[in-house]
Amino acid sequence: MSTNKSHKSRLRGADIPASSITPREVVLARRRFLRVSGAGLTGLGGLALGVLPQPAAFAADSPGTGLAKLTATRNTRYVITDKPTDIKDVTTYNNFYEFGTDKSDPARRASTLKPRPWQIAIEGEVKQPKVYDIDALLKLAPLEERIYRHRCVEGWSMVIPWIGYSLAELIRQVQPTGNAKYVEFVTLADPKQMPGLSYPVLSWPYVEGLRMDEAMHPLALLTFGLYGEVLPNQNGAPVRMVVPWKYGFKSAKSIVKIRFVEKMPLTSWNRAAPDEYGFYSNVNPEVDHPRWSQATERRIGDGGIFTPKRKTLMFNGYGEQVASLYQGMDLRKFF
Amino acid sequence: MSITPSPQGDVPAAPAGMRAAGRSPQRSQRWLPWVKAAVFLLAMVPLLRLVAYGLTDRLGANPVEFITRSTGTWTLVMLCITLAITPVRRVSGLSWLVRFRRMLGLFAFCYGALHFVTYFWLDQWFDWASILRDVSGKRPFITVGFAAFVLMVPLALTSPHAMVRRLGAKRWQRLHRAIYAIAVLAILHYWWMKAGKNDLAQPLIYAIVVAGLLGARVIWALRRQRVQALSGSSRSPANSDSTVSRSRTR
Repeated sequence: MSTNKSHKSRLRGADIPASSITPREVVLARRRFLRVSGAGLTGLGGLALGVLPQPAAFAADSPGTGLAKLTATRNTRYVITDKPTDIKDVTTYNNFYEFGTDKSDPARRASTLKPRPWQIAIEGEVKQPKVYDIDALLKLAPLEERIYRHRCVEGWSMVIPWIGYSLAELIRQVQPTGNAKYVEFVTLADPKQMPGLSYPVLSWPYVEGLRMDEAMHPLALLTFGLYGEVLPNQNGAPVRMVVPWKYGFKSAKSIVKIRFVEKMPLTSWNRAAPDEYGFYSNVNPEVDHPRWSQATERRIGDGGIFTPKRKTLMFNGYGEQVASLYQGMDLRKFF
Repeated sequence: MSITPSPQGDVPAAPAGMRAAGRSPQRSQRWLPWVKAAVFLLAMVPLLRLVAYGLTDRLGANPVEFITRSTGTWTLVMLCITLAITPVRRVSGLSWLVRFRRMLGLFAFCYGALHFVTYFWLDQWFDWASILRDVSGKRPFITVGFAAFVLMVPLALTSPHAMVRRLGAKRWQRLHRAIYAIAVLAILHYWWMKAGKNDLAQPLIYAIVVAGLLGARVIWALRRQRVQALSGSSRSPANSDSTVSRSRTR
């Protein structure tokens, strides 16, 4: 993005020079090195403890590498100054309850998910209902890389280079009717592929939703990859939503159905705890979760244990782009 | 927290082995220090592991969360082990088990203290206003967790033998019954923390363990009452003192 003028004036929330993002090849090379050295170190066992950085931790770590590459053009309008989160953290610290409620569960257990073949049904109030094959959907519009902030409702955040295109591109293709007021996203619910489904933690399948104007917003990204590769299973392969101004759970993963509906969808978390998780769930430091403050967040990988949390930004820092969607709405009431 | 209140400790049918061991301290004391040292080191492992992980960057994506969870879990584990001493001793007749109770109770306190320090330092970064809100009811699970920790403080402070003597066995024992409340509050703390995720499998396990350990005491207390009612005699003060005097003079 950044013509040199806007560069200095908008330090917050915009414009990172492409050069300061670790190239994927470098990340991979480091990981290869660490894996090799890690394997050698396991023999040393306790001796290595406390002396050498990162021994065995990387050795067992395979997700994120070896996945198919996904070529995309970096969209410089959606690049931010924050340092992207290490791919290892992005792919091992996940909430994806279909694979268990512990944040390490998805990385350990999501290998059972089969992201190919995969179909996505477009249903409801559309002139062109259609079942897309994932590979056809991938080619529907040019893929872009966008670096977004990601804020979890639990109070932690990451910065992730996603690959995808605006959901609006798909919506335009399928032509919603005048009755379509909301878009509903349905995640796969196959007990054979998803061991977490045997626990009634939420009502399966996982359902999320957006208002039509939110879904049409260019920031709402239909996402197929991260860090230059197709999505790892634990991050919602093969296709997910990323809605960066809302809490992470609003971004449905492993989507099998996109429905255009007239009534506000009853989303999974809203159904489980309506007083805690509203339909909108916009990132808002002023509206606390009933059980904790949302004023600050722990940026994953930002310093060590002695780094204080950072302040959470209104609409996760995307207020300039999305605040107008909520003009006149009481965001305390419609949380 | 050395001597858990053991209302059943003066039950007439105390196992013979217990008495015998009590009478021949010399024999037991020869190996006891070694076992104590081993238990001490074992109880230190969770802490040493955290330090080692910290130094080698293996605390995961969210190290503060890892430390918080780990110290919390080990507080609960130590509490459960401490509470298990008396029932296990009663059932097995291994009277020397009581010698480990103070140490294990103090470990529960230490992990609890680390848990609390992690919260107000690493997690909240001394944001006292926010901490006060949490403790005063904004986050009920923190309110009960804090209550449990506060209750542990006097027990830790009165754990030395000298304090048992100063307070008197009876009062000391009554004070240390607070561990029952601490255990219940700790379970509630964990339960409410996990309730947000609708995932209660883990807290349920601890709840069952604590319920069993407290339930055993209730059953024994009721049985003793019945025995006393049947025999028509009231509780013998001499007998009840014997438990304490034994541990006092060890």
